[in-house]
Amino acid sequence: MTTAFLTNWIYVAVFIVAGAAMVVGILLMSRLVYPIHPSPEKYSTYECGIEPVGDSWHPFAVRYHIFALLFLVFDVEAIFLFPWAITFRRLGTSGFVEVLVFIAVLAVGLAYAWLKGALEWV
Amino acid sequence: MSEAACHALGLAGFGALATAAWATVLYDLVIVLVVLVGVLSIAAGLTWFERRLLSFFQDRLGPNRVGPAGLLQPLADMVKMFFKEDWIPPFADPALFVLAPAIIIVSVLLAFVVVPVTGSFVIADLNIGLLFFLAMSSLGVYSVALAGWSSASKYSVIGGLRAAAQMMSYEVFMGLALTGVVLLSGSFDLNRIVAGQRGLWYVVPQLPGFLVFLLAGFAEMRRIPFDLVEAESELVAGYRTEYSGMKSGMFLVGEYLGMTLISALIVTIYFGGWLGPGLPGFVWFLIKIFIFIAFFILVRATLPRPRYDQLMDLGWKILLPLCLVNLAVTGAIILAVQR
Repeated sequence: MTTAFLTNWIYVAVFIVAGAAMVVGILLMSRLVYPIHPSPEKYSTYECGIEPVGDSWHPFAVRYHIFALLFLVFDVEAIFLFPWAITFRRLGTSGFVEVLVFIAVLAVGLAYAWLKGALEWV
Repeated sequence: MSEAACHALGLAGFGALATAAWATVLYDLVIVLVVLVGVLSIAAGLTWFERRLLSFFQDRLGPNRVGPAGLLQPLADMVKMFFKEDWIPPFADPALFVLAPAIIIVSVLLAFVVVPVTGSFVIADLNIGLLFFLAMSSLGVYSVALAGWSSASKYSVIGGLRAAAQMMSYEVFMGLALTGVVLLSGSFDLNRIVAGQRGLWYVVPQLPGFLVFLLAGFAEMRRIPFDLVEAESELVAGYRTEYSGMKSGMFLVGEYLGMTLISALIVTIYFGGWLGPGLPGFVWFLIKIFIFIAFFILVRATLPRPRYDQLMDLGWKILLPLCLVNLAVTGAIILAVQR
């Protein structure tokens, strides 16, 4: 059992190495044959042919940050639900009720974020 | 099987036990190779398949000049891509710029490790297969976000930011949708999930979960209608605006690999995987996968792209509550049946 478990992970490692080697190989092979013709126009940022204005790493909407926070909350919820799901039959009704309470608490959190307008983009 | 194989390979000198072990290792390495080559060929072939099918939906012919029915088109495209200037912009972050396309290919390929083609034909029958898939598919967000960020182009940065928020959000819904299946099967092992569907495909008891997983799959693999990260009508090519040559090609292959992966996972988790009457398992598996790939392409030919706020609304206001209700109802029904 333990050996099979370890062997499986060795094949995962083999796959990582094979995949990475393939990517590196393709890029190197392409590097050998492609032409390089630099020109000043080519080396400026693409902005539909117009001279680029300002820095590209500009400030961005704070909305993205709020969704990152929401993601954190609900991804941790998912992580908590996975072990519950796998032991579900053993935990029975009491475990189910406890998880319902847990989901309800987070649902209240979602409703709060919703009412506060955290889910609106405009 | 393994003993016969090792005699055939003339490895008998190691002693019976060692030989059997070596033959097993060899057999497993062959599986690794077959999956790697097979998956990449499918992804390459899909570039042709998608263009032909899209043409069919739009009453055109599509690529039909290179080889019989245009079948050699992917090869011609690949050769062309090798000879295209593949530059790293001087204003970009060179290390991340090269790393991003590599991450997408390797992470999607890794997710294929746990997909059972048949009961025994699987690279690594991990007991946490489902979690491994979720982990690998969520690594994809690094690729797209880093590609956008490191390109230092305004279109790319916006594309990368959109990708980060979109893929992170839909990853949550994907995970929560799969929890329902874990409740039914009591296992993360994809082989056991397939075996649990001998009587009834999980799509029937888990229809809401399947719908959420399907939509999240579209968003996670950045397929139309949820391709707002590259939305060509507003962002040129989004996160990959500054990419050219083979690196751009890698994002393309990564997208097709992703489409194959999501189809394979939908089939494995909700449509009975390799189970089916008459034909061998892997044939059933491929038939089902191609039905879903064709569905992905049909959707691309049919649906327009939503606005970004509509995409996030759909996720957080509809799919997330739906997932949680689905979870509660599934649990209640299982408990009621157990009584």
